[in-house]
Amino acid sequence: MFLYVLEMLLVSQPLSMEEFCNIFQQNVKDSLPQTLAQKIIAHAARKAVVGIGEIEIGFVDLAMIHDSGGPRRVAPILERLGVGVWDPEKLVVISDHYVPTFDADSEAILKLTRRWVQEQGVKRFHDEEGICHVVLPENGYLRPGMFAVGGDSHSPTGGAFGCYMFGIGATEMAGVLATGKIWIRVPETIRIEWNGTFPKGVMAKDMMLFLCGKMGMDGGRYQAVEFCGDAVSRLSMQERMTLTNMSAEFGAQTGLIAPDETTVKWLGLHNSDAGDWEKWNTDSDAEFELHSFQAEQLEPQVAAPHSPANASAVSNFGKIHPKVLYLGACTGAKLQDLRSAASILKGNKVQKGIELWVAPSSLRDLKQAKKEGILGILENAGGKVLPTSCGLCAGYGPQRLDKGTVCLSSTARNFKGRMGDEESEVYLASPMTVAATAITGRISDPRLFLKN
Amino acid sequence: MMYEGKSWVFGDNVDTDQLAPGAFMKSPMEELARHCLERLNPHFPKNVRIGDIVVGGRNFGAGSSREQAVQSLLQLGVSAVIAPSFGGIFQRNAFNLGLLVLECEDTSKIHEGDHLVPDPKQGSVFNQTTGETLICSQVPEFLMQMLKDGGLVPHLEKKINKGNR
Repeated sequence: MFLYVLEMLLVSQPLSMEEFCNIFQQNVKDSLPQTLAQKIIAHAARKAVVGIGEIEIGFVDLAMIHDSGGPRRVAPILERLGVGVWDPEKLVVISDHYVPTFDADSEAILKLTRRWVQEQGVKRFHDEEGICHVVLPENGYLRPGMFAVGGDSHSPTGGAFGCYMFGIGATEMAGVLATGKIWIRVPETIRIEWNGTFPKGVMAKDMMLFLCGKMGMDGGRYQAVEFCGDAVSRLSMQERMTLTNMSAEFGAQTGLIAPDETTVKWLGLHNSDAGDWEKWNTDSDAEFELHSFQAEQLEPQVAAPHSPANASAVSNFGKIHPKVLYLGACTGAKLQDLRSAASILKGNKVQKGIELWVAPSSLRDLKQAKKEGILGILENAGGKVLPTSCGLCAGYGPQRLDKGTVCLSSTARNFKGRMGDEESEVYLASPMTVAATAITGRISDPRLFLKN
Repeated sequence: MMYEGKSWVFGDNVDTDQLAPGAFMKSPMEELARHCLERLNPHFPKNVRIGDIVVGGRNFGAGSSREQAVQSLLQLGVSAVIAPSFGGIFQRNAFNLGLLVLECEDTSKIHEGDHLVPDPKQGSVFNQTTGETLICSQVPEFLMQMLKDGGLVPHLEKKINKGNR
């Protein structure tokens, strides 16, 4: 093998670093098994292989920032360093936290964001088009094998597309924007395997709440979590995004799913291209920890206040009567989430005295939901449509839960006071469970409505 | 740099919404810091002194990537955070902003108000009140260098001035 590599070095045609790495990686593959995480990091570090636990410097393929942690925070640092964005082509800016603007402060933040994007020559700017984690892939920016960072903790969402994507703070993002590089400790891989067939009425959100409940919010140990098994491979891309998104709640640095035919098809429909996707997977003899679960055994889950780890089966929560039901956020109001909620709410009404708020996660998904009649179903049932943004989930805006309000939400985290008053109580569940609860007025199992 | 101060003890999974509540995220840092950890201990933001040390349980700083979670502690003068484990982004943010964080399994042996002297080079925390020395993680050399420079920005500034971007 090494002779072959030497030969490659000696051939007259000069190879680019990338071509060299590809050839080298191909040839060490048989002798040194690697996880998907290791393969992507090795590629980013321009190395053939990397060892678990080693500190590497990776070249960043894509950086994403939003209006809250983005320009308003990184611009002063770049100014101080006297540098601009290392490669504006590799930066995506999305406004989603302080939109729509609601006061002088939020207006100033958005004004600054828009001005900075122009100054830096950033072409990939998506203003008020939806939540960054949903807008990023739907514009075709993510491709398997990419090494990417996002200025938001739910950035592992990108892992659904076979990217190593993780969240960082604004200062570190400024460092990436200045240099195009970031350090990383090559993580261990924790494989979460689901085999079998999920019962109808069970969603990706249930899988993640179950996992947080079972292994805790630090179950991911800031390592890489990789979802696999035949039950995962049958999930749609948007359901997969819910898994990798909530790897953040599971305490992992990233969540990964190896690309397959579903990924390739989705990317093809979204102005992207899967490239040499078949090489981005974990070798069967690589080093990883394995946790296997049987899909048939999973019931819809609910997490009690104030942690996603307070999760157990929906049947334990029948005495809870939420007043606000929220279908929102990157993890709970994508097109598929809205479709699932509508499948339960069709022909039903929201109980009197209860409010159902729907904040679709992107304009594209909103448009499609309208086209499919899904939004109509949700509105006819009594749902109120809110702006497409991070909204209540980030808790930055004017819409907040009042003192004592009990809420059931399809969002990712229910930390104390996050969505409103510190004495509000937020339970988490899947969009289907939220929909079923809207009908009955108490936390209910969506499977009851599927049987009829 | 010397680290030394009185301890403020918190439990497991202290999240970033406790450290930097969303409702104050667009307020100036002085204002935001006045609400740091107030939901868990209302005395903390009022009475914490420069040099004091925050002691957490497992997964301290879980949640959001907002580095205001670190900045609010710095604003209040906190010199170090000691916990058995940290939210990964919080931990990175801490070094990037020049706040020492140390992983220490035995934080249950530290009581509120104990006088602590962490030594990141040795990988230990001396509890002056109880006389006990607790073992903690050693900080990798490159992160110690970043801390010494005062965080990522001054660290990069030094590098860029030397001509390495």
